[in-house]
Amino acid sequence: MDKFEKLTGIAAPMPLVNIDTDMIIPKVFLKTIKRSGLGVNLFDEMRYDRQGNEISDFVLNQPQYRETEILVAGDNFGCGSSREHAPWALKDFGIKAIISTSFADIFYNNCFKNGLLPIKLPQEAVDVLMKDAEKGSNARMIVDLEAQTVTTSDGESFSFEIDPFKKHCLLEGLDDIGLSMEKAPAIDAFEAQAAQARPWV
Amino acid sequence: MSPKTLYDKIWDAHLVHEDADGTSLIYIDRHLVHEVTSPQAFEGLRMAGRTVRAPDKTIAVPDHNVPTTEGRDNPDQMPEDSRIQVAALDTNAKEFGIHYYPVSDIRQGIVHIVGPEQGWTLPGMTVVCGDSHTATHGAFGALAHGIGTSEVEHVLATQTLIQSKSKNMKVEITGKLAPGVTAKDIVLRIIAETGTAGGTGYVIEYCGEAIRNLSMEGRMTICNMAIEGGARAGLIAPDETTFDYVKGRPHAPKGAQWEAALNWWKTLYSDDDAHWDKVLTIPGESIEPTVTWGTSPEDALPISAVVPAPDSFKGGKVAAAQRSLDYMGLQPGTPLTDIQIDTVFIGSCTNGRIEDLRAVAEVVKGKKVKDGMRAMIVPGSGLVRAQAEEEGLADIFKEAGFEWRLAGCSMCLAMNPDQLSEGERCASTSNRNFEGRQGYKGRTHLVSPAMAAAAALTGHLTDVRALMTENA
Repeated sequence: MDKFEKLTGIAAPMPLVNIDTDMIIPKVFLKTIKRSGLGVNLFDEMRYDRQGNEISDFVLNQPQYRETEILVAGDNFGCGSSREHAPWALKDFGIKAIISTSFADIFYNNCFKNGLLPIKLPQEAVDVLMKDAEKGSNARMIVDLEAQTVTTSDGESFSFEIDPFKKHCLLEGLDDIGLSMEKAPAIDAFEAQAAQARPWV
Repeated sequence: MSPKTLYDKIWDAHLVHEDADGTSLIYIDRHLVHEVTSPQAFEGLRMAGRTVRAPDKTIAVPDHNVPTTEGRDNPDQMPEDSRIQVAALDTNAKEFGIHYYPVSDIRQGIVHIVGPEQGWTLPGMTVVCGDSHTATHGAFGALAHGIGTSEVEHVLATQTLIQSKSKNMKVEITGKLAPGVTAKDIVLRIIAETGTAGGTGYVIEYCGEAIRNLSMEGRMTICNMAIEGGARAGLIAPDETTFDYVKGRPHAPKGAQWEAALNWWKTLYSDDDAHWDKVLTIPGESIEPTVTWGTSPEDALPISAVVPAPDSFKGGKVAAAQRSLDYMGLQPGTPLTDIQIDTVFIGSCTNGRIEDLRAVAEVVKGKKVKDGMRAMIVPGSGLVRAQAEEEGLADIFKEAGFEWRLAGCSMCLAMNPDQLSEGERCASTSNRNFEGRQGYKGRTHLVSPAMAAAAALTGHLTDVRALMTENA
């Protein structure tokens, strides 16, 4: 996994609440057996009409937001299914960080497995960042994971909380499976003990 | 010993390792796998030269893509991309030596129906699947939740999952339910109260007299939709109802092991003075048959209500409600019972079990589906289908004018050919009314099986209690 570097990029506003994983990547695109190539279908039903033409007022279709790397979104982003295709599509499009007041649990975890940073901030902070994102491509937002801050184009800064282990893995680009396999002796010991305690499992 | 919740007890029994910051490795007892979220995980194993650590604890079944029409053993019935996904699961199951129920097996069905039916799901277990509705298995007092594909790969390789512990939430439904009110109505009411993010960060335990009185089928309906309230998992403490359901299932323990298991299972409840971070109490008597009007499961109201006005909400929900009404083609103030329905879908991991089908049969017996209506019943597994045929339910459905399908996820998420067309309005027993969920621009109203049956007869959303009086 790529390391998460300090990010200076265009932020797009998506104030709608409860943006669900069916919106992020509709199920017709789940029939792939690969992880890549989903960016073109990100937000497909909001982004294109039935003929495949771009819907011009959708935010990511507007010229100033085509190079978006940060989404500022309404509450409860990523609710719905467990499909990791949602973070795969976001990442493939070029999104690296998403800011909201809250994220659905499975989506939130899935982001970290793909080098994507979901940032939880209070409503007041998200309101300020939403306004900043509305300025378009002249306004660059700064996401500094090491310092745990988001800074607007005007220099206003907000600190965010993040689980230290998740932060470490993202900064270092670490592979979870490799880390857990190093704990094989503990897993072996657990299995031996569980086989005694709950042999029916 | 300090008092514990049921969640605390299951967590403690599965803790392999805990870091100083609380990041934990928990052991997974059952890993369920389907064709949509697993191909990339198996491919990841192959590329890293890894194997499946515990193939005997890993169970796979194709369900999302498979057609539900006769003759589906013929792969030509499937679109190319679906066929490739199902074929990939066939190959992966064989190559990695995991338990497998192929499309041709009568035990095939929706993964969350097959697991309990075969006795793979047992009280006190940890159960995961690359599917958010894994929450279903919480009905057995098992800690069960959906995971992403990277986590599927992690569990395949290590039989563990990296987790941080959730908070404890108690949802108590007191008293008794009124006639015509079912588990689905309870859970829609809960989500209407908490919102779809109300459970985020929590594991919810459902309790109270109304929950205790539910069958296992009803309990699975409740826990299934814990995820729609944002919770990591839903739980119901196991009791005699649970043990009766589990006993004798193919993979349930037998003999002395059954006794040993039972002894442990009986300790799986929340202690009286356990700590709850959040509590919600709803009087069972106050719950009505409930339907959704919008495009989020939290947009649920009693059938006696009217379509709400967007300005009756606060904050970002005002714009979201307006968007929902535009999408759904509804006007504020319209009585919910005036909403005309084109299609009825009965099935899914929420409501595709035998008791759900019995509830439908009770309403539609000797009656006819409204002219011009498309009405479809998709049993949750081949065994549910066989049982419904044996009990004579299938004949009742066919005589009433329902299509009687083979098992699968079907129109719940419309990854197979069962889809809504643009503007088509559906009363559905499934779990999500998101935009496009059941087909591009399709309109979904979530309801209980009895309410879906009522809508099929009248052609509009209908209070099933009115029909029950008629029948009486």
